[in-house]
Amino acid sequence: MPVNEQIAQYSNWAYTSAVAVYVLAMFLYLGEQVFSRTRAKSEMAEMAEARELVGAGGGGISIVEPGDPVDTGRPGDRPLSERLGRMAVALTVLGLVVHLLSIVLRGVSVHRWPLGNIYEFMSFFSLIAISAMLVMFRRFPIRRLGAFVLLPVLILMFLGGTVLYAQAEPVQPALQSYWLVIHVTVVSTASGILLVPGVSSLMYLIRGAHDRNPSRFARFAPKLPTAATLDRLAYRTTIFGFPLFTFGVICGAIWAESAWGRFWGWDPKETTSFVAWVVYAAYLHSRATAGWRGNRAAIINIVGLAVMIFNLFFVNFVDTGLHSYAGVGS
Amino acid sequence: MTIVDEPTVTADEPTPPPKPGWLRAALAFLRNAWRGLTAMRTALVLLFLLALGALPGALLPQRDLNPNNVVTYISQHGWWGRLLDKLQFFSVYSSVWFASVYVLLFVSLVGCLLPRAFEYTKQLRAKPVITPRNLARLPHHSKSEVDGAAEDVLTAVDGELKGWRRIRREESAGVHTISAEKGFVREFGNLVFHYAMVGLIVAFALGKLFSYTGQVIVMANGSTWCNSGVLQYDSFTPGLRVDGTDLDPFCLKINDFAAGYLPDNQPISYNSDIEYQSGSNLASDTWVPYDLKENSPLRTAGDRVYLISHGYAPQFTVTFPDGQVRTGVIQWKPDDNSTYLSEGATKFDPPDTTDPDQLAKKQLAVTGLFAPTAVMSGGLISSTSPALTDPEVSADIYQGDLGEDAGTGQSIFTIDQNMVTEGKLDKVASANLKPGQSTTLKDGTRIRFDNVQQWVDLQVAHDPTQDYVLLFAVLMLLGLITSLTVKRRRIWVRVTPADQGPGAGRTVVEIGGLARTDQAGYGEEFGKLSARLTDAARAPGRKDD
Repeated sequence: MPVNEQIAQYSNWAYTSAVAVYVLAMFLYLGEQVFSRTRAKSEMAEMAEARELVGAGGGGISIVEPGDPVDTGRPGDRPLSERLGRMAVALTVLGLVVHLLSIVLRGVSVHRWPLGNIYEFMSFFSLIAISAMLVMFRRFPIRRLGAFVLLPVLILMFLGGTVLYAQAEPVQPALQSYWLVIHVTVVSTASGILLVPGVSSLMYLIRGAHDRNPSRFARFAPKLPTAATLDRLAYRTTIFGFPLFTFGVICGAIWAESAWGRFWGWDPKETTSFVAWVVYAAYLHSRATAGWRGNRAAIINIVGLAVMIFNLFFVNFVDTGLHSYAGVGS
Repeated sequence: MTIVDEPTVTADEPTPPPKPGWLRAALAFLRNAWRGLTAMRTALVLLFLLALGALPGALLPQRDLNPNNVVTYISQHGWWGRLLDKLQFFSVYSSVWFASVYVLLFVSLVGCLLPRAFEYTKQLRAKPVITPRNLARLPHHSKSEVDGAAEDVLTAVDGELKGWRRIRREESAGVHTISAEKGFVREFGNLVFHYAMVGLIVAFALGKLFSYTGQVIVMANGSTWCNSGVLQYDSFTPGLRVDGTDLDPFCLKINDFAAGYLPDNQPISYNSDIEYQSGSNLASDTWVPYDLKENSPLRTAGDRVYLISHGYAPQFTVTFPDGQVRTGVIQWKPDDNSTYLSEGATKFDPPDTTDPDQLAKKQLAVTGLFAPTAVMSGGLISSTSPALTDPEVSADIYQGDLGEDAGTGQSIFTIDQNMVTEGKLDKVASANLKPGQSTTLKDGTRIRFDNVQQWVDLQVAHDPTQDYVLLFAVLMLLGLITSLTVKRRRIWVRVTPADQGPGAGRTVVEIGGLARTDQAGYGEEFGKLSARLTDAARAPGRKDD
C-alpha cells in the first residue's frame, strides 16, 4: 500500500509541535526551580517527608511536595514557583497528546506499526519516558525533576527529527512480523521507563554530595527532592522497567529464532542488551549488598541507562549487525 | 550472601585428631576462597567483569559473525590489531578470559543458591517470630482501645489475618499476641529466577555442543536438495560434538522464488515455493508444499530451514562447431544488494573431449556482469532495480585452459586470472546479450543467453536445546517478577485487657508492622490493614463485608 504523504506530513508537524511544547514545559520546570524558595522551606518539607517515611500514625501516605506550602485551592494564593510547576505539568500533558498524535498519524500514513526505523523508535521511547515521568509525579514529590527528564528526551527527539530522521516507508521483509510489534514495543517501553531511574540516580548523586557537604551544589541541590525520595523513585521504577526489558529481550530472541536462524548470536545489539541487562541485575544486587547501597547503586543505575541509550540509538552506527534497520543513510 | 556460622567445638565433643599444618592451611585457604567466591560482593564484581568483557564483542568485529571485517581491522591497526587478536578480542565469547569470568560467576551462583534453598525450606517450617516487646519502636505502629473482651477481640483479629502465616501466643496472664508473616513467595521467586538462570546457561552450553548450521545455494527451478551429509552444504558449522554424520534426514524441492519490490526498489516480500519430505514421507516419496519466506522458516525433522538470500543465474547454451549443445546455469553473485548487479562465471567443457591437451585449449567461460534491469551508459552496464524487468548480460567469453585441474580450489564466481596472465586463457569475445540473443566465436561456437533463473540461499539449523532455553527464560521472567513485586512483611498484634484506670473492661489492641524488603512501601498496606484489624476488633463477631 502506498504511503499517504499528506498524513505523514501531519505526523511530522505534530512531532515538531510536541518538541516545541516540551521545550516550553522544560523552561517552566526550570522556572519552578529558580523561583522556589530554598533551605528553610525545603528542609521543613523534608522533615515532613521524613516523618511520613516512618509512617507516623500508620495512615496512608499523603504526598507533600518539598518546598510547597499548603495548597489552599485558590490559584492566587499559590507562589510563582508552584504556578510555574503546574503549568509545566499541564504543558507536558499537552505535548504528550500531540506527540501521541504524531506517532498514530505516522502509523496510519504507512499502514503499519509505527516502530520501523530509528526515528520512530526514538519518538516512541521519548513518549514512554515522559509518560513514565508523569505517572511518577503522581506517586512521588518529584516535579522538580521534570526539566532533567525532559532535557535528555528533547536531545534525543531533536536528533531523531534531524540527523536520524527516516522517511515514512513500509519496512523490509525481515521486519514484517507481529514480533516487530511485540519486541520493539516492549523494548522501547522498558527503556523509556528506565530513563526515569537513570535521571533520578544522577540527581541522587548530586543531592547526596550536597547533603554530605552543604557547600557543594549549594544553589541547586536543595531544590531537588530528598535523597531518600530519589533513591526510592529509582528503585521503584527500575523494578518495573527491568522485568519488562527482560521480557523484551526474550521476545527478541524468539523473533531472532524465526527470522535469523538462531535465538542468540552475539550480534552487537544483542551483546549490548546483554551488558545492559547485567548492569541492571547488578543494580538490584547492589541494593542488597552492604557497602554498595546509596552512591554505588546510583552510579550503577546511571551506567545502566548509558548502556541502554547507547544500545538503542548508537550501536547501529558503531558496527553493522543484523539490527541495522535504522533506515539512515540508505 | 551466604552466612555460615562457624561451627563451634564444645568441650563435650571429642577433639578431632590434629591435622598437619599445611593441610589445615590448605583447607583454610579453600574455605576462605569458597566463602569469598560465594559472597555477594564477589558476585557483583564478577557481574561487572562479565558486562565489561562482553562489550568488546559489540564494539570490535567478531570472527564468528564477520571474519572479513576482522582481517581488515587487524591489517588496518598494525601491532594493536595483532595484540587484540592474540588476546582473543576477535572471538570474545569463546575466549579464555570471558569463559573464566562466567565459569567463576556460575560457581559463585551455585554456591550461593544451594545454601539459600536450604535456608528457605527451613524458614518455611519455622514459626513466625515472637512479638517484640515494644511495638511502638517498629517502623509501622498503631494503638487503639476497643470495647469487648480480649478473647473475642483476639479471635476477630485472627480471622482478619486470613492468608497470613500466623501463630497465637500467650505472653502473660491475659496478654495474647499474634505473629503473622506474608510474602514467602518472594524468596521462592528469587530462587526460581536464579535456578532457571543456571538451567538456561546449561541448556545454552549443551546447545552449543549438539547444534549445527549449514548453508547451501539451490536453484529455484525444481531442484532437489537433501540433508544427507556435510558434503551437501556449501558451508557447515558443527557444534563441538557434531561430526556431520547422522544429520536429520529430509529433502527439499525448490520450485520457485519471487521477490516483491516497491517503486523505489525497497524489497517488501521474499517468497519461495518449496516442497519437502521427511519422516515417513521420505519412504513414500510424498512431497508436502510449503511457502518459505522471511520470518517463517520450515520446521521439520528437528531442523529449521531458512530463506537467507537469493540471486540470479543466467542460463547459457553453447552450440559447439560440431553441432553438439551444452546448457549451463550456475549462480552469479550479487555485487550490489540494492540493484542486484551480479557477477559470475559459467564454465563449459567441450563435449566428448577427454584428452587433457584438447581440453586445455577448448574450455569456455562466460563471465561478466548481469543486470536484472539493465541500462547501458558509455558501454558500461548497470542495473536500476533488483527486479527482473529487463535483464541483460555484459559478457566476456574466455577460451582456453580454465586451470581447474591445478589442484587448487577455484571460485565459482570468477575465472583464474593467473591462467589469463600466463596466456593459457584468452578473451575471445565480448558481447552484451539480452535473453534469446547470441554471439558466435571465430571457431563457429555459438553462445546464446537463454533466460534467467533464480537461486535461493538456504540455511539449515539444528539446535536440540533451544526449547529448554526458552522454558528457562520464561521461568526466569516469572521468578523475577515474583521476587520484585511480592513484599516480605510481618505484622504483630498484642491484645491486652485494660484492667485498671478509666478504661477498665476494655481491650487495648496494639499493632506493629515491619517489611523485610528494602523500599517496600509497606506503609500504605499497613495503614489499611491495621485499620481493618482495628475495625474487626471494635466489632468482634460481626462479619466484615
